[in-house]
Amino acid sequence: MYEFKLPDLGEGVHEAEILEWHVSVGDTVEEDAPLVEVETDKAAVTIPSPVRGRIASLAGGAGDVIEVGSVIAVIEDGAADRPSPPADATTPAAPGAPLVPRAEARSPKGPVPAAPATRRLAREMGVRIEEVAPTGPAGRVTPDDVTRHAKGAKAAQAAPVALDAGRLAQAGFAAHAASAIPFLDMDPLPDFGEFGQVTIEPLRSIRRKVAHKMVTSMILVPHVTHMDEADVTDLEAFRRKAREGHAGRPGGKLTLLAFVIKAVTAGLRATPAFNASLDPFKEEIVYKKYYNVGIAVDTGRGLVVPVIRGTDTKSILAISADIEDLASRGREGRIEVADLRGGTFTITNVGPMGGTALIPAINYPEVAILGMGKVQDKPVVRDGQIVIRKVLPLSLSFDHRIADGADAARFVSELVRLLGDPDTLFVES
Amino acid sequence: MVMGSLREQAEVAIIGAGPGGYVAAIRAADLGREVVLVEEREKPGGVCLTEGCIPSKTIIGAVELMESASQAKKMGLVYDGLRLDVDALRQWTSSVVENLTRGVAGLLEKRGVHVIRGRARFDGRRSLAIEGGDVAGIDFRHCIVATGSSIASIPPAYDVPVWTSADALALTCIPETLLVVGGGYIGLEMGTAYAGLGSRVTMVEFSARLLMGADPDLVKVVVRAAQGRFAGLFVDSKVVGIRKTEAGFAVTVEHEGQSTVNEYEQVLVAVGRRPNTKDLGLEKIGVAPDGRGIIVVDEAMRTSAPDVYAIGDVAPGPMLAHKASREGKVAAEVISGLPSARDNRAVPAVVFTSPEIAWTGMTEREAGEMGRPVAVGRFPLAALGRARAAGRTEGFVKVITDPDSKLILGVGMVGHAASELISEATLAIEMGASLEDLLATIHPHPTFSEALGEAAEAAAGTPIHVSRS
Repeated sequence: MYEFKLPDLGEGVHEAEILEWHVSVGDTVEEDAPLVEVETDKAAVTIPSPVRGRIASLAGGAGDVIEVGSVIAVIEDGAADRPSPPADATTPAAPGAPLVPRAEARSPKGPVPAAPATRRLAREMGVRIEEVAPTGPAGRVTPDDVTRHAKGAKAAQAAPVALDAGRLAQAGFAAHAASAIPFLDMDPLPDFGEFGQVTIEPLRSIRRKVAHKMVTSMILVPHVTHMDEADVTDLEAFRRKAREGHAGRPGGKLTLLAFVIKAVTAGLRATPAFNASLDPFKEEIVYKKYYNVGIAVDTGRGLVVPVIRGTDTKSILAISADIEDLASRGREGRIEVADLRGGTFTITNVGPMGGTALIPAINYPEVAILGMGKVQDKPVVRDGQIVIRKVLPLSLSFDHRIADGADAARFVSELVRLLGDPDTLFVES
Repeated sequence: MVMGSLREQAEVAIIGAGPGGYVAAIRAADLGREVVLVEEREKPGGVCLTEGCIPSKTIIGAVELMESASQAKKMGLVYDGLRLDVDALRQWTSSVVENLTRGVAGLLEKRGVHVIRGRARFDGRRSLAIEGGDVAGIDFRHCIVATGSSIASIPPAYDVPVWTSADALALTCIPETLLVVGGGYIGLEMGTAYAGLGSRVTMVEFSARLLMGADPDLVKVVVRAAQGRFAGLFVDSKVVGIRKTEAGFAVTVEHEGQSTVNEYEQVLVAVGRRPNTKDLGLEKIGVAPDGRGIIVVDEAMRTSAPDVYAIGDVAPGPMLAHKASREGKVAAEVISGLPSARDNRAVPAVVFTSPEIAWTGMTEREAGEMGRPVAVGRFPLAALGRARAAGRTEGFVKVITDPDSKLILGVGMVGHAASELISEATLAIEMGASLEDLLATIHPHPTFSEALGEAAEAAAGTPIHVSRS
């Protein structure tokens, strides 16, 4: 018997939601054949079977959340009883989680102190008691703690803790710092059902991750947005031509985004502040000597930002091929955690869906994000004449702690210049 | 009606009417479920009621009374001609069992639980075949497996008519000499009982210690008492042969490489119990018990098969009636849509030796195995007024706590009434109580229950009735 525990799925990933099983109980599965499709708060992942054998049991069905380190499948492989090697984060079974075998062996830390009635209340309210901030003596969770947690009143405390408790502690921040922000109201929401029909769904996976990221970004980072327009008439003409020559080849789609990534990379090399991160705890600015540009992709399951690596060393065609690959894998839900890590700058391209201007929110802890609007034919004054040109709206949101308005103006002007003249773009980037 | 041709439909089918199954049936029925309970035996109650806890405690109760009476001389009570009438004790025991099983049958009947006699086996994902009863099969919506456990044996005893614990409890005779094989709780309880009934009892245990689950300091007190009661007590000893002789049994025991043969009038094999998961047709529902025959379940008692639950001795954890009952309630509640979970932090264990041993939550040994630092407070019953007054000063109570949070992690006790005193400790652990909670609770004076409060004081370093160490 092989007890397969949900393996470590990447830094900061503690649980995953089952999307789909590739096997049923009783099936024979080959080693490395797909076992289950799970979604973490970062990406959808296909987990292969570690051994060949017959499926004896599966932990839960689609929609169930499984913790890293808990048994996800039991496979009869003909060998003696053995569990899979421990995952990095071994956590006790969640109360009520489907077929997470009951832990008979006590973990060294032991269970959260709470009376049986309190534990039952937590189950009733769908609260994981391990996540409740206790107010009782000896760390005991009281019924009030559970109720407060369920109503979200603890959000003020929970947000910075979830953000990165270890580093906050390192900086000597009190875990409940956010609750000390003057005028910040954290009252429970009204019962909207009073005013009309509602449906309720739990905040999970990617949606929850986006919520964490955005709150962190908007509260922690002083955002400033600089806007301009690039005249891409010549570039578009060139692009159409180039596309004909490369049709059907990898990267042959040669979208405008590929050219913008190249121009942005040139801009990042010229203005290192936009390829940096500010560590508020160490009071240091980290300048990155690599250029990994993330692109915001709408996967249907939510927003993810896969990263195109080494954009300074790649041709526009190679960048275009990377975009095509990530976009198709994004649609199929096959973007992996590794694809999402190590970005230094993000581009969000809402142009294809329309929009003349947007104020993007920074993908923390990066410093800046570029928003692309819709390319439109617009009347433009050139040499005293009104002419029709193809115009691309650009917005750069940046972290004012690291960069200033002048840096942003220079950066965006440089983009406008490069995108306005394909020859310059190829010569200089 | 043609025998064995009827099929029943059941919202909830429960296999086994022991303390897990019948409690599940009552709870499920009270929550509005339609319940069919399948029981192989003639009467409900399982091993616990018919050949386990209840008859053994009845006999042990009588033995204890007799011992108390004979020891009461120093208190000025002289019983001349105190003697045991085994036939009367047997009748008394059966009347107690009879009374209780009838009570359970009545409870089930009043709730409209349909009890079917027979042996159930899965023959499909949602159906059971029934053997040996009027009903041929059951189609169920939910099923609870509560089939309990059976007495285990050792190869040398397979083909000889030695006693099991069930035979010993039948009180057919009081053998002059009795060899008890196995120093677990069943062996110790039965050995103590028969010693009290007049047998010369010898005990052999395969491993190095008696009562493996309990902390050695608790066991030591019982061993000391048993050494006075038993004719012999041997650990690290293996029974390698049992031969029926005219006068009884010739038993070969290996101890430290030496083989010795001794003759006993009767041999009681009490080497544990095995979950009843064979011949249940579990393969039909895709459930594979582990190597020890145990069915893996989650906190809601669900097995890996949809709508099939497992509770009690077939589920992981100690094979104890009270644990089975708790799990039966959880399964019945989960089936009824309630957010119930078997998330207990402490399952009390009680051994009715003389004196009694009880423990709950974490033991000191477990803490040591996981390298967890603990602070332990002990209080000897010899320092307790009530224990002095009752002439029951053997034993002590200890409280095991987390040195930082002062949370109560476990309690162990050996001594008079330990089986009753353990419940306060279990409640404390379930409630997440800290030492202060136990200290500040007034314990009535003069009672044995004061010992727990005193042990808590000792753990806090503030003892009253013993010198500070």
